[in-house]
Amino acid sequence: MSISASDLLTLTREGLYCPLGRFHVDPTWPVPRALITHGHADHARSGHGHVLATPETLRIMAVRYGADFCESRQEAPLGQAIRIGDVTVRFAPAGHVLGSAQIAIEAQGVRVVVSGDYKRAYDPTCLPFEVVPCDVFITEATFGLPVFRMPDTRDEVRKLLDSVALFPERAHIVGAYALGKAQRVMALLREAGYDRPIYLHGAMEKLTELYKQEGIPLGETPKVVAAERGKLHGAIVLCPPSSIQDVWSRKFPDPVTSFASGWMRVRARARQKGVELPLCISDHSDWPDLCRTIRETGAGEVWVTHGQEDALVHWCGTQGIKAKPLHMLGYGDDGESEPAAAAEEAA
Amino acid sequence: MNDFAHLLDRLAYEPRRNAKLRLLQDYFAHAPDPERGYALAAMTGGLTFREAKPAMIRGLVEARIDPVLFALSHNYVGDLAETTALIWPTPEPAGGAGHGIVGPGHNNPPPHVPTLAEVVETLRTVKKADLPARIAEWLDALDETGRWALLKLITGALRVGVSARLAKTAIGALGGHEADAVEEVWHGLEPPYATLFAWVEGRAERPTTLNPAPFRPPMLSHPIDEDGDFEKLDPAAFSGEWKWDGIRVQLVGGRDAAGVQVARIYSRTGEDISGAFPDLAEAITFEGAIDGELLILREQRVQSFNVLQQRLNRKAVTPKLLEEFPAHVRAYDLMQADGEDLRPLPFMERRARLESFVAALDHARIDLSPLVPFSTWEQLAIARSDPASVGGGADSDAIEGVMLKARDSAYLPGRPKGPWWKWKREPFRVDTVMMYAQRGHGKRSSFYSDYTFGVWREREDGTPELVPVGKAYHGFTDAELAKLDRYVRNNTTKRFGPVREVSYGLDHGLVLEIAFEGVQRSTRHKSGVAMRFPRVARIRWDKPAAEADRIDALETILARGEREIAPGETLTEAQG
Repeated sequence: MSISASDLLTLTREGLYCPLGRFHVDPTWPVPRALITHGHADHARSGHGHVLATPETLRIMAVRYGADFCESRQEAPLGQAIRIGDVTVRFAPAGHVLGSAQIAIEAQGVRVVVSGDYKRAYDPTCLPFEVVPCDVFITEATFGLPVFRMPDTRDEVRKLLDSVALFPERAHIVGAYALGKAQRVMALLREAGYDRPIYLHGAMEKLTELYKQEGIPLGETPKVVAAERGKLHGAIVLCPPSSIQDVWSRKFPDPVTSFASGWMRVRARARQKGVELPLCISDHSDWPDLCRTIRETGAGEVWVTHGQEDALVHWCGTQGIKAKPLHMLGYGDDGESEPAAAAEEAA
Repeated sequence: MNDFAHLLDRLAYEPRRNAKLRLLQDYFAHAPDPERGYALAAMTGGLTFREAKPAMIRGLVEARIDPVLFALSHNYVGDLAETTALIWPTPEPAGGAGHGIVGPGHNNPPPHVPTLAEVVETLRTVKKADLPARIAEWLDALDETGRWALLKLITGALRVGVSARLAKTAIGALGGHEADAVEEVWHGLEPPYATLFAWVEGRAERPTTLNPAPFRPPMLSHPIDEDGDFEKLDPAAFSGEWKWDGIRVQLVGGRDAAGVQVARIYSRTGEDISGAFPDLAEAITFEGAIDGELLILREQRVQSFNVLQQRLNRKAVTPKLLEEFPAHVRAYDLMQADGEDLRPLPFMERRARLESFVAALDHARIDLSPLVPFSTWEQLAIARSDPASVGGGADSDAIEGVMLKARDSAYLPGRPKGPWWKWKREPFRVDTVMMYAQRGHGKRSSFYSDYTFGVWREREDGTPELVPVGKAYHGFTDAELAKLDRYVRNNTTKRFGPVREVSYGLDHGLVLEIAFEGVQRSTRHKSGVAMRFPRVARIRWDKPAAEADRIDALETILARGEREIAPGETLTEAQG
């Protein structure tokens, strides 16, 4: 190997940077050339010069930021090698949300994979994660502690449906991130046989519409009409997490406060948010999947971008894998988070 | 065990009483015997077994998980039982199907999952050396929620916000009975309560209590509304008494089948507190049930609640404690005497029986709650505002108002509206400034409805600062709450999780007039004082923050409450 991984990727103020290709990956500040892994607001920002991303991610960004979110854009079909400067990049599915991708960067036989946010668990709304063998694997560690083992999502959806059956007069207000989580919950509800309308907060509407246009069946999803809120006895209502404690949720009949998030694994987290019906549904890898993925990539070196780095770096050490934390700032400090403003702005 | 675990899991997140009740009823209606009986015992504190120590559980985990990863996890989660439940390695199920398959047929649990009954019975009989292995087996068999519930149960830390009363209410509701009907039979029963369930489900007769000294649900009063109730009530139909600032208890004595005297002291909720008051239990040499107020008397003088609390807070009952905080009961009703149930009798007849009963007993620890004579509501109002003027005497500081009891009323369990009224003394009031707000629970979960407020004091350099003195979360209407909530949202300066700091200072801030019942010393509050029952009396949108009260206002009230007699001191010294 004539070059090292740091020639392929380094850390700058804006985020991960490839000197040989002169582009950033998921920069947190506007840059001339950006490769975007997925459409969550902390990874996909507006104002870049040129953006390369999957077609779905580009459409998500257009819905969120308007058609002119960057100066020029290029679609990256999955699996296709694209030459940029002295490197070749290839996008592979990450299983996180619709259009989410890992980005493999390769030059002179050295391959680095930026996985972005990813998960291995079942999700009917996006393509499953694909293992890309590499020398250096760059991973998140949002749920990088062995206490995070996510249950089967079907059991979690069953909890919600059981509660609706036990409290048929109460509205069930489910907080879910507007991009990905909300649509995944809808799809899981449909798979569990729930065929009544699923009501949506205004902030969920456009992205849900986009998912439907992309061919993902989500059934009837009417937008909540403000004046009708008091009549939605027994309804399931999806809204951004910031709205479950908001004035907006007060007008529903005796609402049950629910939240679909991997954080619901920890009771104190659920209680802090005033959640009565926590649903452990995560769009990030849990601990066993983080470990499994690192092993499967065969990477000799792991860089951890954000989350609970300490435990994952320690674990890599016990497995004889070189690992270091990048302590990256700017990605949602609670991982799944999209800043509240981003969720609202989509309204 | 799994059904019980899932019930506890839902209860732990559910703030609403009625929803908790529904969850409990749903569980008790569907769970089999003896499982539900042990569940009921777990929630009412009726289980006794060898508890597991945290160190043992930590040892079990560290034998299976990298201690560094476990320490990082424990540090993050903050609770040993929960961390262990989440981190415990589960054997991969055959076929790799992961968690239980949902849908028809999913109620075939793996064969080795322990029942709650199995857990309880094993813990009662297991040898200490065998305990870790049994616990490990159970943890292997249970799911995450099951492990959490098991660990909470066996470490004696089962706190899911269900009172014994609520559990009994749910049991009663199974058969259309009030909770009081369950209380009546409760003390004669043992886990797993098969006869109780058989009765509420209509499969058997009401269980007969063999307990010679059972608890009887007390009769409670309603607060009187000065603006409307008095005009509807006839003073001649009521008897007056002081309302004492102690704790409501029942002294019950009886003889068991062998003729041995049984003495019990019960709290208002039916908890047996005899062990904490051996000095008082000694006085129960009679057969009968006295309803009264537990008070600390020194030199014949009733001490403030402040003093009583110092005894209540102690874990160990030492001879020194008994000497310094002698417990007494001021008797105000007689429910049972010499085998006769007196509760159907009118109040005045019971009162006559009580007077002769207490006189015959002639015990220094038990005396009679005196009547407060009055013939008009005005006379009663004077007595209430100045107890000393009508014979309240040296005990006036321990009187928190007056009680009104209908002369012709039977003793009715629960809180019937009409026969008993309480008319509390005017509360203390202080003007404070709102400093922090926190979101409420249940219906108020989206509102900032819990307010921490402060009063002014001087820093060492003489400049004024606000110091928090308490927290209030009621006393306002829904419309006022909406305005307060808006105020908090519009004046937030900092956020700490669910708490917001609002803007306050000499020239800005919201004044809350707080009503409260008393002040105690507190080491937990920065100000050194804590209020009893603080609530928002008025929202002073008009009042400048600089004009709020100073800490001196509370110190003065505190000093008054502390004028009680110190242990070993005589009355004259204390007054001097």
